Amino acid sequence: MSSLAAVLAQAAPGLTAGPAAAAPTPTITVPDIEWTALLPILVLGLGAVLLLTLTSLARGTVTRSGYAIYTVLVATGAMATAAPLWGRVHAWDHLGKWELSPPYGPFSAVAGAIGVDGFSVFITLLIGVAVILGALLADDYLRREGIDGPEYYVLLLLSATGGVIMAMANDLIVLFLGLETLSIAVYVLAAIHLKRVQSQEAGLKYFVLGGFSSAFFLYGVAMVYGATGSTNLVQIKDLLAVKVPTHNALLLIGLGLMLVGLGFKVAAVPFHSWSPDVYDGAPSPVAAFMASGVKAAGFAGLTRAFLLGFGQFASDWQPVLYFLAAASMLVGAIVGITQTNVKRALAYSSINHAGFMLMALQAASPKGVTGLLFYLATYTFMTVGSFGIATLAGRTGDGHHDLADYRGFSRTNPALAGLFVLFLLGQSGFPLTSGFVAKFGSIAAAVDAGSWHLAVIGMVSAAISAFIYLRIIVAMYMAESDTEAAEKAPKAARIKVPFGAGLALVACALATIGFGILPNGLNRVAGEAEPVLVKEPVPAAASGADGAGLTGLDLTTIPTTPTTR
Amino acid sequence: MSALLLASEAAGHAAESLGFPLLPALVLIPLVGALVILCIPAERDDTIRLVAVLTAIAAGATSIVLLTQFATGEPGFQFQSSATWIESLDIKLALGVDGISLFLVVLTGILFPISLLATKPDHNPKGYYFWLTALEVGCLGVFLALDLFAFFVFFELTLVPLYMLIGKWGHGRRVYAATKFFLFTMVGSVLMLVSIVAVAFAAKAGDGGTVTFDLVKIATSGRVPTGWAGALMFFGFVVAFAVKTPVFPFHTWLPDAHTEAPTAGSVDLAGVLLKLGTYGFLRFALYLFPVQAHDFAPVLLTLGVAGIIYGGAVAAMQKNLKRIVAYSSVAHMGFVVVGLFALNPQAIIGAILVMVNHGITTGALFVLLGFLYSRRHTYELSELRGIQKSAPVFAGIFTLVMLASVGLPGLNGFPGEFLVLLGTFIAHRWWAVVAAGGVIIAALYLLWAYQRVFHGTPDDANARFPDLRFSERAVMVPLILLIVGLGVYPKPLIDRMEPSVRALIVHIEEANPGWVAPTSEHGNDLSPVVVPAAASGGHEGEAEPGAGAHTATAEEGR
Repeated sequence: MSSLAAVLAQAAPGLTAGPAAAAPTPTITVPDIEWTALLPILVLGLGAVLLLTLTSLARGTVTRSGYAIYTVLVATGAMATAAPLWGRVHAWDHLGKWELSPPYGPFSAVAGAIGVDGFSVFITLLIGVAVILGALLADDYLRREGIDGPEYYVLLLLSATGGVIMAMANDLIVLFLGLETLSIAVYVLAAIHLKRVQSQEAGLKYFVLGGFSSAFFLYGVAMVYGATGSTNLVQIKDLLAVKVPTHNALLLIGLGLMLVGLGFKVAAVPFHSWSPDVYDGAPSPVAAFMASGVKAAGFAGLTRAFLLGFGQFASDWQPVLYFLAAASMLVGAIVGITQTNVKRALAYSSINHAGFMLMALQAASPKGVTGLLFYLATYTFMTVGSFGIATLAGRTGDGHHDLADYRGFSRTNPALAGLFVLFLLGQSGFPLTSGFVAKFGSIAAAVDAGSWHLAVIGMVSAAISAFIYLRIIVAMYMAESDTEAAEKAPKAARIKVPFGAGLALVACALATIGFGILPNGLNRVAGEAEPVLVKEPVPAAASGADGAGLTGLDLTTIPTTPTTR
Repeated sequence: MSALLLASEAAGHAAESLGFPLLPALVLIPLVGALVILCIPAERDDTIRLVAVLTAIAAGATSIVLLTQFATGEPGFQFQSSATWIESLDIKLALGVDGISLFLVVLTGILFPISLLATKPDHNPKGYYFWLTALEVGCLGVFLALDLFAFFVFFELTLVPLYMLIGKWGHGRRVYAATKFFLFTMVGSVLMLVSIVAVAFAAKAGDGGTVTFDLVKIATSGRVPTGWAGALMFFGFVVAFAVKTPVFPFHTWLPDAHTEAPTAGSVDLAGVLLKLGTYGFLRFALYLFPVQAHDFAPVLLTLGVAGIIYGGAVAAMQKNLKRIVAYSSVAHMGFVVVGLFALNPQAIIGAILVMVNHGITTGALFVLLGFLYSRRHTYELSELRGIQKSAPVFAGIFTLVMLASVGLPGLNGFPGEFLVLLGTFIAHRWWAVVAAGGVIIAALYLLWAYQRVFHGTPDDANARFPDLRFSERAVMVPLILLIVGLGVYPKPLIDRMEPSVRALIVHIEEANPGWVAPTSEHGNDLSPVVVPAAASGGHEGEAEPGAGAHTATAEEGR
């Protein structure tokens, strides 16, 4: 299945380039392919295929931790190829010593199928980070569980490929390709723990429900195509700008179905029911990647499809997102506090966080996108950190996730317990952690857009969900001397922290504190990562920044003059 | 309004002349201290204690320097300093101090070293001293912050340290108490966060109509919403502060938290943390929302009075010494709230005095209760009796502190409560009359408790009650000096508060056209009020108005 996905990933640009190019121009020409724009996708995808090929040819010759190191290198490479794109999007004339070639400003490539703007580059970098952290966490875990091998890393890279395709998609079909590449790999990842029946169950559950949601999405795309005659977001947007179908049921149904598909991926209520089971059953590092990378890709898809493509229809989808956000925040918090399994509790808290991100998104404003990206970036570190602790605390068998298993954790593993407290406080939105600034940005966007009631709901849910985190902290720190109960309950034993996981945890902790105390830098970067739809592959430097932008939503325009940094 | 601005400019000048960033230093000293403690290995607990105590003393000394350098007679913020935090929203780490916050800062500076010196934790000293020191960062930050965002950060920052202190080093049902405290406060403050964002975005008070979180800019912009939206924002703040204070119906976390907290936690909780709420009322509810504060004053006055009576009545029924003091705090905070929302200079100055003095006396009471607990390991009244015979010094000091808490003239509890009642009497006569009853109840429950604990014949355990050691007496000395000194001569405090308080009143008057703060200077207040007979009958049903008023003043004059 994995190699199939790899082929899909490779084929994606080529497949979609043809028809998308044919529509706007009268003569059928093979579009110029802007290879540099595709580099992040290519590096990730080829990296996966190469790993699979090499290891199947020469099995057993890989040194300890070789796969993880390879994966980290590939992800770093993908991020490195994305960095010049960021520079070009922001019209820097050079990055370090490198001259950056024009065109400057956001552009689209492969005949309008792929859009490169600040947003897509930001998400690409974020997914790269999630892959690196996921690989670091998994390294020792897979060996510990006796399932070491290249498969995990291949699938991780492939799903990241899909995620990056989603982040760059300017065409609904490309978006779907990305979604499927991402999903199929993650279905297998969820089931990769062969010795654990819950993992198999989680994989199957995720696969069946995910297959449905993908079908919903595809059906929605078909509906939208029927209503507008195109799957290209730029063309759809242009069409809607000229004539707005006021009572177009086809289009609205299409939008609704697409929302179901993407809402499933980000685990928004009421499409969330899979996530506690899957997060619990899936291997902990996989759960970490699902909560970070997959979620980022899902939100990228939501942003591109709805905010960019159907910005004019904001008044139609905003109320729906409003509902999804409110429901996600409340259900995530309220059901979360009843959980006695730490991974399930984290899953519900993840649903709660998805609500906060949806709240930022439903503002449909530049501030909202900034808030969303900041939230995604900081949440990636917090959630990977939390699941990272769970990875270690689960011990061999990955089964020790009950609250009772965490009793006395602060005594036996003071450092891990301290880090866990940090990640939990971050998730609860405690000041001086990045989670607080993230929540603040999300609320600010909502209030600015006039939906302060949603902000109130969100903060009430934050207060409720604080109890989720408090319960874990209580179990770790305060339950030890509860005489009899403590003696009966299994005590957490000392855990040896492997290097890779330790590195990942420290990085997550530094990010959680760092972005909490000094959020300025990340906030500015997130602010510059605007999603923009650009009409066509730009032929000359002159029209470098002819971005259509979110004009309907009155976004600020991109600076067009080259600046030196 | 313009007066305030001018004043703050002048104050900025004063701070420049000093040349040393006093306020950032105040926040940084405990922060650095906490980080240092974190780096010391847990085995070296003596070093850790030393670092913690030195940190607290250094912060206290800095606050005393601040007190001496403070320019009396300036209404505006002094020693202002600010640094950019989040550019895009114009969020700054802005600090400043004025007559309203000055003494709360000093109180924090004094109480923390005392609470540290008074007791030792029974286990895991590293965590204990770390959280206590971290707690001081938050407390000082709240009193100094001039930016709404920074204020909220510090306000929330106090939550986890106290949660940990109660939850890990507390007594009995400590986890329950800690969690209750955390969730109550959190629910209150999350709504405030929405209000903060809402008011900042509604006012857009930055230069050129941008969003800013600068307190003074927003308050003086004149664009703080009124009407429905303004009322909602106002209550967003009020609920947060009402929980923290705690005002009557939101108080239920306090007795649990107090009872189960370790001694130092109780001292700082009662002495400093409760003031975060009342200070918030003063600095944010009144200053930021003068219109709503004026309109909704009767609501809060009523809640304040209810707190006074309820807190006193429930305190009288308690069987646990710590719970008695906890409920007495509810009553005292009721006085503060009444004073603040009487909206005239006397009452507000009185309220600030009550805040400061309640911090000192209740802090001292909790220190004494800590000494008692370390000897008898109980707070139950039924287990304690006749201690006066075995520990006369302890009993003597306890008597003094308790009488200060009751509000005996000559001790520090008196001036504040008197001014609150005086000011409230001018503004809202009947509320003052009922509130004055609280003073009697306070005498009742404290004297009764004293009688049960210290009088009578001691049984075996109480007969062996050792008196205070030298170190313990030494800890009490500064508190006793403050109790007597501020009781006899509170004028230096009032001199420094008054300009700021008057500026605040002017600010409220400007925001409410046609309304004049009811003070005796305006000559519109002590003129005989003709109360319709029906109204007087309906209100209290026990005394006719003149007599009630007499009772109040007579009570205070004694």
